[in-house]
Amino acid sequence: MRRVILAVTGTIAGLVALLGFRSHVPSSAPAVSVGGTSVGGTSVGGTSVGGASVGGTGDSNAAGSPSAEPSASAAPAGSHTVDGNVASTVYGPVQVQVVVGNDKITGVHILEQPTNTANDLAIGQFAFPKLIGETLVAQSAHIDAVSGATYTSAGYIQSLQSAIDRGA
Amino acid sequence: MMVRLKRAEHVMGTVVSFDVDGTFGAAVDDAVRWLHWVDATFSTFRADSEVSRLGRGLIAAGQCSPAVREVLAACDALSARTGGYFSATAGGSLDPSGYVKGWAVERAAAMLTSAGSPSHCVNGGGDVRCTGPSPRGDGWRIGVANPLDAAALAVTVEGRDFAVATSGIAQRGRHVLDPHTGQPAEGLLSVTVTGPDLALADAYATAVFAMGLPRAYRWCEPGYEVFGITADGGTWRTPGFPVAPAPGR
Repeated sequence: MRRVILAVTGTIAGLVALLGFRSHVPSSAPAVSVGGTSVGGTSVGGTSVGGASVGGTGDSNAAGSPSAEPSASAAPAGSHTVDGNVASTVYGPVQVQVVVGNDKITGVHILEQPTNTANDLAIGQFAFPKLIGETLVAQSAHIDAVSGATYTSAGYIQSLQSAIDRGA
Repeated sequence: MMVRLKRAEHVMGTVVSFDVDGTFGAAVDDAVRWLHWVDATFSTFRADSEVSRLGRGLIAAGQCSPAVREVLAACDALSARTGGYFSATAGGSLDPSGYVKGWAVERAAAMLTSAGSPSHCVNGGGDVRCTGPSPRGDGWRIGVANPLDAAALAVTVEGRDFAVATSGIAQRGRHVLDPHTGQPAEGLLSVTVTGPDLALADAYATAVFAMGLPRAYRWCEPGYEVFGITADGGTWRTPGFPVAPAPGR
């Protein structure tokens, strides 16, 4: 389960980092607390990460058994879902749900996200799926590094290698 | 259980990622310092770098540091080796950066080996050098990015002491130029080369990409393998390209 918790931590930290990166507001970028270590001012991520890893059915070793709480986004057989707490970012509330199977995250759904501006919608439509996909690919393929056309220093945060360096 | 050190250093216009046993932090510090020296010496974006001043004729090659002379000699040899498809002057002015990054990461990995590290992986912005077994005890598994889908991999390779370099449509907007025409190379989306030395693998990947089709299909070099993705999304590879077995875990 520990690996899953780390991966959730990485995903949420990555999502919040991406929000800050795309909006070009470094001075007011959302602070996030990951694993109890506060990186900035307001602690938002800590509660969310704690909720995702400890709450729900997270520790019930449910691999192989049907989900205790069927949800709209039904998990595949042998998997179960865990809802994170709502994290209040400076852009608005964000809540994620992870699908866990065989002690690994096999899916991530965004249950709630900011939809106030066109930028919010763009983040939901493009950035979240992209970052989630990268995290899942990096984890599911058991890869140690990624070779590809050179990314820029600024583009690194959205690279698969970045997801690996974050511990996905 | 040994603690792994993962460090991502912004240098040379990209990020160099280290994956090494945590007891070799000081060696990583040394390697990072050296990479910043390489950046300051070879950057074509810094007017005061040795390479910039050499390119403008302000200094002669004989006045440059031994490292610069070594790189220039290697670039000349590679240009001859690749029929001119690798060139440190492909864009018209002196720019050895197509060789420098792979060379620098190869050296950084060697510094960790010299410090006693038996197992590490250094990724310089997509050009990877692996040493020894992975932390799992088997080979390092390196994904090759899919240029058509940033969240997907085109193929995964596996090996212990080997290098993986990829050239493609660059994120930084600097396309690979065909030195013979001065125009961006066409026909390919990306070329990945594996082999024992990252400096050579990186330069070969650039050269094969610049060749375009059909010449790229025919390229071969002892000890080096190639995997290419064509503009229509097709792929080809040489028989010895080290494709990883499907993960059965």
